[in-house]
Amino acid sequence: MELNTYQQQAFEYQRKNIETYGKRAWGWTVFYVLCILAGLYALFLQITKGHGITGMRDNVVWGLFIVNFIFFIGLSYAGAIIAGLLHLFKVKWGKPIIRLAQFMTLISVIVGPIFILLCVGRFDRMHHLFIYPRIQSPLTWDVMAVVTFFTGAVLFLWLALIKDLAVYRDANLNVPKWKQKIYKMLALGYRGAASQKRHLLLSQNLMAIIMIPLSIVVASILSWIFGMTLRPGWHSTIFGPYFVLGAVYSGCGVLIVAMWFYRKLYKLDYYFTDRHFTYLGYIMLVLAAGYGYFTFSEYFTAWFGSEKWDSELIHKLFSMSEYGGWTLFANVAGIALPMLIVAIPATRKPGYIAAGAFIMVMAMWVKRYLIIVPTLEATLLPMQDTRAEYVKYSATWPEWALTIAGIATFLLFFTVMSKFVTVVPVSGLEDTHTEHEKHQLQHEQH
Amino acid sequence: MKQEEIQDQGRRNFIKTAAIATAATATCGSLACSCSSKKAAPGETVKLLSPEGEIVEIDSAYLNHQEHMSIVSKLEAREGIAGKKFVMVVDLANCKNARSCISACQKWHYRPKDVEWLTVKLLKDSDKAAPYWFPKQCFHCDNPPCVKVCPVDATFKRQDGLVLIDGDRCIGCKFCMAACPYSTRVFNWDEPELPLDIRDLAYSPETGIPAKVGTVEKCDFCPDRAREGLLPPCVEACPNGVFYFGDENEDTVSNGLETVSFTKLITDKGGYRYQEELGTKPRVYYLPPKDRSFPVEKGYQDADSAIRERFKEYKDLLGKKAETEE
Repeated sequence: MELNTYQQQAFEYQRKNIETYGKRAWGWTVFYVLCILAGLYALFLQITKGHGITGMRDNVVWGLFIVNFIFFIGLSYAGAIIAGLLHLFKVKWGKPIIRLAQFMTLISVIVGPIFILLCVGRFDRMHHLFIYPRIQSPLTWDVMAVVTFFTGAVLFLWLALIKDLAVYRDANLNVPKWKQKIYKMLALGYRGAASQKRHLLLSQNLMAIIMIPLSIVVASILSWIFGMTLRPGWHSTIFGPYFVLGAVYSGCGVLIVAMWFYRKLYKLDYYFTDRHFTYLGYIMLVLAAGYGYFTFSEYFTAWFGSEKWDSELIHKLFSMSEYGGWTLFANVAGIALPMLIVAIPATRKPGYIAAGAFIMVMAMWVKRYLIIVPTLEATLLPMQDTRAEYVKYSATWPEWALTIAGIATFLLFFTVMSKFVTVVPVSGLEDTHTEHEKHQLQHEQH
Repeated sequence: MKQEEIQDQGRRNFIKTAAIATAATATCGSLACSCSSKKAAPGETVKLLSPEGEIVEIDSAYLNHQEHMSIVSKLEAREGIAGKKFVMVVDLANCKNARSCISACQKWHYRPKDVEWLTVKLLKDSDKAAPYWFPKQCFHCDNPPCVKVCPVDATFKRQDGLVLIDGDRCIGCKFCMAACPYSTRVFNWDEPELPLDIRDLAYSPETGIPAKVGTVEKCDFCPDRAREGLLPPCVEACPNGVFYFGDENEDTVSNGLETVSFTKLITDKGGYRYQEELGTKPRVYYLPPKDRSFPVEKGYQDADSAIRERFKEYKDLLGKKAETEE
């Protein structure tokens, strides 16, 4: 594989990252594995003792697990849309960040569905989904959607990796034999021949064209698990687009945060420039405005219409004795804050933007909680139950342990993958630095 | 009964027509007997058909009448009883929250005290409206939101109008519970506590017994009893004849005390279905709480403390009368 000087430089710069699994990486890996082990212990208890150890009960039948499912799956769809668009529109500055977006796509589509397995009462019967499928159920649609999307995500990432894998294969890297073998195997004998190039580009374009609408379809299907029921706060015509936008928005935030971390960890300032933060910040701002608009429409129509069942939910969401504080957090930190940070020139800096994005991602997680739990607590008939735990949901430690384990799995995958392939793709990378940036970076290096 | 006769009949017909019994002895396992409805005197022996198809003679003292043996196949349990269209009418004017229906239901289905397939709510529709007791079981909707969303066809609608659950197939995703606007369904969060002899029974969607951990269950209108021409235990247990159960095709419903025309009952008394606007088309009709047999606060005053605790927050719905009696 031939690389031009700029690309070669990018490769040599990142070479050590994939050649060594340093102390720091090991440290984090051990930490993540410990978190996962704690989660597995909670899972063991849940399997042996039953779902009674969770906070879920007959009224609030879904809790943290489904919140996490929506959250991670959303990131996945976002990654595919962002990577797809950057690829398809040949956005030159976007090239260094495509891989992070694709990492996020694949990892989240693995982590997300795990939470569905945790939530179902009988995961020993998951094969029933395939031997007794019922096509009318939105859940069946979602099974098909996730499986299709997972396949797409693998192909999309792999196709994008092939050129780089060929580079690693040919670079005589100082890595163990098995790793060499994997590079060789996954590179599928790519040599950079003209026909190979053409076919690869064609396949990548096709995948990008497939993945963008697919993400929209699957995110909508996810929303329809809720939208197709008769419950207030769920049974809404805008739920499909609302979920699509929410997914892309939180995904954009995670991408910014990931970019910031890798920039610090691997000193990738030259590739993840301030300009990347600003551009993604602008995208985040637009998405925040859109998400805010959708949220406003949702609440405003429900409140103004003031149907009894709707009003009950709105009351729960906005009364300070119930979810009012969280609603405030979700909308201030989740919508207003990132918009302000990007809009004000003084705070339009990588650090601020990343911090804003991080808080926004957390707020978007809370927002998912606010979509799921209060609606389930707003029943048509009064609950009138003697058991307090049946009336209000409160997550238990096994649910939190498994949530943390999920996040740890997400980060572990990121760590491992960034040690396997370079975070910034090298082949096809183009020098988009302005003279000013080059000057500045050189200045910083000295 | 002669041996030849038994062999002549198909096994299914045999089981259907005969009364069902199991016998547990030290030597043989469970046996289905053909002793029909008449009870053998102690010391007498009866002939039984063993699971292996052999005729065995056994002392009647070892016989244990078992009501909950599934008498139909899984397939039949999915199809329902031909020609029937079950319907229920609940007369709100007569309910005083006696809660006999709930305990009868729990007893029949071997459910613990706080698992209620049938609940009695205290409702008050608007500020000036009078409060009333509202018994609520599964509505067995004709357009069931729960059935629509089940990904594995574990909950299904039958030709006789019933909505049942196959607990052997349910994956416990709880989507049906989220979809049911009436919060009818309950989940087995932990391993259900069941009597030993119930635990090993063959499961049938018609009986829902034995309950299975990690699966959903709910009121089933007791189709196993309907097959025998019996009313559901809630209907039989109600001291005030609140529940009428019957067949819409025959246009007959009974509350155990009187058998009346379904159409006439809901026409004369202004029957309605709860939240018609949701479009679920329930098979349960309510008769409005007009000309009541009991003052509403009686249901609160006569209830035991745990139940009173339940309605504490709602007590003001009952007005001052409930307070003074405390």
